[in-house]
Amino acid sequence: MRRSAIPVLTVVAVIFSLWYIACVPMNGQWTRDQAQRAGEELSFPTLVADTMSQDRPRLPAPHQVAVELWNSTVVEEATGRRGLWNTGSLSNRSLIYHGWVTLSATLLGFAFGTGMGILLAIGIVHNRAMDQSVMPWAIASQTIPILAIAPMIIVVFNAVGITGIIPKAIISAYLSFFPVVVGMVKGLRAPEVMQLDLMKTYSATRAEVFAKLRWPSSMPYLFASLKVGIAASIVGAIVGELPTGAVAGLGARLLSGSYYGQTIQIWSALFAAAILAASLVGLIGLIQRITLKRMGMAQ
Amino acid sequence: MSVVQDTGAASVPAAGRGQLWAMLGALVLAAVTYPLAEGTVPSFAAMFGLILAATAGVMGQRGLPLAGALVIAGAGLLLAAASLVGDAAPPASGSFWLAMIATWLGAWMYVAWLADLTPRANALKRVQGLATPAIFGATLLWLWQVGVTAGNVPRVILPAPSVIGERIARSADILWIDFVQTFVKGALSGFAIGVAAALLVAVLVDRSQFLKRGLLPVGSFVAALPIVGTAPIMVMWFGFDWPSKAAVVVAMVFFPMLVNSVQGLSAAGAMQRDLMHTWSASYWQSLFKLRLPAAMPFIFNGLKICSTLALIGAIVAEFFGSPTRGMGFRISTEVGRLQLDMVWAEITVAAIAGSAFYGVWAALERRVTFWHPSQRGR
Amino acid sequence: MSEQPVIEARGLDLTFETNDGPVQALRDINLSVAKGDFVSFIGPSGCGKTTFLRVVADLEQPTAGTITVNGMTPEAARKARAYGYVFQAAGLYPWRTIGGNIRLPLEIMGYSRDEQRRRVAEVLDLVELTGFEKKFPWQLSGGMQQRASIARALAFDADILLMDEPFGALDEIVRDRLNEELLRLWAATSKTIGFVTHSIPEAVYLSTRIVVMSPRPGRITDVIESPLPRERPLEIRDTKEFIEVAHRVREGLREGMSDAV
Repeated sequence: MRRSAIPVLTVVAVIFSLWYIACVPMNGQWTRDQAQRAGEELSFPTLVADTMSQDRPRLPAPHQVAVELWNSTVVEEATGRRGLWNTGSLSNRSLIYHGWVTLSATLLGFAFGTGMGILLAIGIVHNRAMDQSVMPWAIASQTIPILAIAPMIIVVFNAVGITGIIPKAIISAYLSFFPVVVGMVKGLRAPEVMQLDLMKTYSATRAEVFAKLRWPSSMPYLFASLKVGIAASIVGAIVGELPTGAVAGLGARLLSGSYYGQTIQIWSALFAAAILAASLVGLIGLIQRITLKRMGMAQ
Repeated sequence: MSVVQDTGAASVPAAGRGQLWAMLGALVLAAVTYPLAEGTVPSFAAMFGLILAATAGVMGQRGLPLAGALVIAGAGLLLAAASLVGDAAPPASGSFWLAMIATWLGAWMYVAWLADLTPRANALKRVQGLATPAIFGATLLWLWQVGVTAGNVPRVILPAPSVIGERIARSADILWIDFVQTFVKGALSGFAIGVAAALLVAVLVDRSQFLKRGLLPVGSFVAALPIVGTAPIMVMWFGFDWPSKAAVVVAMVFFPMLVNSVQGLSAAGAMQRDLMHTWSASYWQSLFKLRLPAAMPFIFNGLKICSTLALIGAIVAEFFGSPTRGMGFRISTEVGRLQLDMVWAEITVAAIAGSAFYGVWAALERRVTFWHPSQRGR
Repeated sequence: MSEQPVIEARGLDLTFETNDGPVQALRDINLSVAKGDFVSFIGPSGCGKTTFLRVVADLEQPTAGTITVNGMTPEAARKARAYGYVFQAAGLYPWRTIGGNIRLPLEIMGYSRDEQRRRVAEVLDLVELTGFEKKFPWQLSGGMQQRASIARALAFDADILLMDEPFGALDEIVRDRLNEELLRLWAATSKTIGFVTHSIPEAVYLSTRIVVMSPRPGRITDVIESPLPRERPLEIRDTKEFIEVAHRVREGLREGMSDAV
């Protein structure tokens, strides 16, 4: 772990410096146009300084995104007119609020999708007919761009009067469902013939085989597919927010940012989504490490 | 079931004998009440089909040759299903629903029966492997069709498969234009650029242990992020047309491909690299003769992951702005106009395109990495 | 010419830096191997027998002392393609046929196509695998795979064959047969062979000289010249000479164990 700290930091530093350097050519045109219109002579240092402090740059500099992230979370809630401090509820202009909207849909959908996925996997492993008929479709469905139906689900549920978190959660559930099914089927089949035969010699019931052998052996697979599933769930929730007309959620922030050309807003929403995804994946990774360690399966 | 195989705890017969008789009973009961209530030609045909299927099922247990029993039961079920499709009109009576459920149960029993067979010949095994999921899928489609028509579900909520099929046939030209715009121009070009760039970077990175240690964690981190979110940025930078979609696809595809390729290039064992060393092989010789071939399973894994990401990226990017064509554009506008049959038509095309693109890579993988244990088993 | 030793080591030391501190894998190794010798290295694990072979092959660098192979540094000898190396596992490329695997070093060394074909046929015949050229490695038994990997090491004109427990993973019946074949090959090609093993009968049966090594630090405790004739049927293992040599090897191994602190 420590061995890769320096290389990782180096790579991250290189990415950030490339980002800063890219700001100059990306935003320079606008600065030069402004200067020409004003009839001013432009020195290189002023050009560089200006490219990193525009209101609507084509590529905001990292610090601009960071400042916007800070402003739209802590500052907005602490001092904003509609912030937590002044009103007692989250401000609809803060990324904490929008992040929570997305997060709640993600978590609800993820929990539902994972639960259904595990149940179906158990069914598939224990029932030959389900294995032969459902499993090929579960595998095939992973190659289909399921995300494309997101707008339809939202609108159809709107049409029958269901709005808010449920439709988004359904998309999230749908996206996390199939990775979990496929991963868990693999996991529940992970025990070797020898281990299964051993259980047979103990004349264990199928429930016992499941509880004492199949379920524990499937844990590494479960966590691997949970990580894939939660990442897919977030994408599902964000895309699910697009067709509702940019009301709330990180996806809505992305969309309204792109309507009004607020690049800094887009980037900060994007980073908020990235942070959210990273912390959820990281959280699952942590639970995985603790669980596998307690089960003596840690590498 | 006459042909129950014993494969340990992993599989059990789909239905015990008692269960079988109970289901057959329900089936016959439904078949009898339905024509009594309706008295129409399709209802008699459905009843005849169900009874035929049930009889064949029972006779299959009692020594009727298996192939014959399967064919007769299948034909009976097909007759019942087709009659119900013809007879499905709102408002549907209770006995119609009962017949529908009975047919569905019968079809499920049929699938379970098929799945429990253990044919000896490999060709038959392959037929079984295809037929079981195909019949199951057809059953779902049939349920959808009959349920939507008989239940009078409004089109703006869920159009019947037949309506969608009609729409596909009617709007083939539009679907083709959208397919070219989104798949060929957006997804394919972005996929090609992203994958090629990732492979190139992977080969370069592979020379440096330092870079590898730095890029692998960063790459797998980025690969887990919701990169589709860059779509509005790309639209701003590259305009509404397909280049912005290709750019989103490049961004989505690059890191998963990079991570897989870098891992693959270090997959060659220490012993084999030592061998290359004892032969004084040059860098390029060991790259082309050892490390690239050894990396192929990983590279193809990456290609398969990226092939599904590519189409997703291209479609979702169009939600943020596009010219007046493209699958994502069509989906979002037709959803707005509540033309759900067109939306489903686009989704059907997307599903076929997505799985075909994936299938191409899977087939290539089987040819290229035929030597890998995961491929040899099949 | 014939006086010059093929492998000559003087005061060879090799220390690995590990997380638990330095480990002396080789200490003060002095050995010279003449042309046409069959030298076995025997000893418990950790005695440095494999490490020494890897130093000869330029796969490890000694920390002190000198070693020459054919009068050159190991690196120069490697670049001159002086030896073929056979590992414990066959290490065949699964995506190449048996013929393709044997052809691999020939391709790298730039032999012409005709020459490649001729040599592949020749060594396949030598290891009695003719007819298996188009098969893939996983379609062959473990013993056949190992024969193919020996053929791969013989395919180019190296006059030294370095073998690191080549038959260690095989069962005894297959191992006996391959031992016989190896002797036949050795007689037919008059190569110099360095052979690492942990089996006393194997070492005695095959070698003209047996180097007994012991661990912590890895060093040579005895070098035994075999009195057995070069022509060796399998039955030779029941003769008195054979049993005497085996006894001496066992004694050497035991001594090495007792004076290790």
